Amino acid sequence: MPGLLQWLDEFAGPTLFEFAVSPTLKILALLFLFVLPLISYIVLAERKILGYIQARVGPNRVGPWGLLQPIADVVKLLLKEDVIPVRAVRWAFVLAPCLVVAPAFVIFSVIPFGPPSTGEGAPNWFITDVNTGLLLVIALATIGVYGLIIGGWASNNKFSLMGGLRSAAQMISYEVPQGFSVVVPILLAGTLSLVGIVQAQEGHQLFGLLPRWFVFHPTGIFAFFVYMVAGIAESNRNPFDLPEAETELVAGFHTEYSGMRFALFFLGEYANMIVVSAIAVTLFFGGWLPPFDFLGMAFLPMGLGGVLWFVTKLFAFLFVYIWFRGTFPRYRFDQLMDLGWKWLIPMALILVVLTALLKLLFPS
Amino acid sequence: MEFLAAHGGAILFYLFAALAVGGALLVITLRNPMYCAFALLLTFLAVAALFLLRQAEFVGVVQIFVYGGGIMVLFLFVVMLVNLHNLPDARRFLGQSPLAVAVALMLLGLFGALFIGTHFAPSPENLDLLRTVDGVVVGNTEAVAMSLYRDYLLPFEIASVFLLVAMIGAVVLGRRQ
Repeated sequence: MPGLLQWLDEFAGPTLFEFAVSPTLKILALLFLFVLPLISYIVLAERKILGYIQARVGPNRVGPWGLLQPIADVVKLLLKEDVIPVRAVRWAFVLAPCLVVAPAFVIFSVIPFGPPSTGEGAPNWFITDVNTGLLLVIALATIGVYGLIIGGWASNNKFSLMGGLRSAAQMISYEVPQGFSVVVPILLAGTLSLVGIVQAQEGHQLFGLLPRWFVFHPTGIFAFFVYMVAGIAESNRNPFDLPEAETELVAGFHTEYSGMRFALFFLGEYANMIVVSAIAVTLFFGGWLPPFDFLGMAFLPMGLGGVLWFVTKLFAFLFVYIWFRGTFPRYRFDQLMDLGWKWLIPMALILVVLTALLKLLFPS
Repeated sequence: MEFLAAHGGAILFYLFAALAVGGALLVITLRNPMYCAFALLLTFLAVAALFLLRQAEFVGVVQIFVYGGGIMVLFLFVVMLVNLHNLPDARRFLGQSPLAVAVALMLLGLFGALFIGTHFAPSPENLDLLRTVDGVVVGNTEAVAMSLYRDYLLPFEIASVFLLVAMIGAVVLGRRQ
């Protein structure tokens, strides 16, 4: 492996290696070693947990405790016939699933999974730390909706079109409160960089009883609530999964999709779930920071303790997502719009002003 | 490979510039409103990439966020909702061509005069121009914030009030119907 890296370095030259080859390798490693396996096992975890919530067992036939079920699912989806309707707009129909997946994957390049390098061979546990990190995340998340809209339109099917329209309306409504709610941690940290936001949450308050995570800040906790509701709506999950409401729209925007293209939509939804959870952990729950210093697992090499904490918090959020799906009924569309425009947006606006005031009055 | 490393920025610039111009041309020539909207989206994203190439990452990302994520979704929403079909029978030219050509030529002359009159520095020298505050390189976000909220505060506030007026006007017009 080091030999290969050296060969690439010499072949590409230093500039190209630093700006093109090395990030590409990191992105591929992150995708194929972490994100894709994680997604396939979240699907299994979801079926298992939903099973237990509904007093069933869930998948238990393929492998011990059903642990090989994701592999069977992937093989099945790859081998299935891929149908494109005759009256569909072919290029748009093919393009749409990619448009859902690609932005969600790009966001992973700015998420800090662990602390920055402290020297002694420890790597940076993120691909890049850009100056506009958080803004980039939100911008890319909003781009993801095009896949849903285009897919719904290109299928040439009433149910698909309705699903696409619903997702467009839902996205426009919920990206506003989401955008305002992340302004609160930005104000508290004074930076847009995701690494900088985590570093601003270091230390403790209340005589060392509480970590200084932004969720324990008087306005931060409400901002977290707004962010989480808007985030669940943005990733089209229960109780806000109206674009694919089975009881009304068959399967919504992906009614006409089958085989691997359907799997890509599925993949995009789960990738978005992970992104929303990871950003919530980063902004409000201290990212890679342990709640108390003695729990920091500093004995682990290369900052792995931080990564473990991040992944633990991430899994907790993913569990909450699945829990919601098992417990909440779906919203009606007018209720969804009411919640977004009449409650979340005013609440988020008030929070921004309050946080700015607090910061002005108590600069510490 | 050395050629790619040395001229990569220029290659990317011409690629995205061509995409932006090509997208803009498609917007006005295609007959299906849905395709026009897609072409406009292509132009917006290509312009965002051009901003990124000039190290103006804040402006680039805001371009994606506001135009790509907000305005174009609204356009698509409206186009899909009113279900416009192809417009094959509408006439492409409406007898305003001489006037349009005259206006276009005037604009071209204006831009041409500007282009000839401007002194272009070699690009590597001002690479950090858009991320500098008071001579210190900080980042494009900080640079934009400082120029908006310190150097040009009054014009910025006036523009915001204008936008607010337009918004209230739209709400009032919408309520009347």
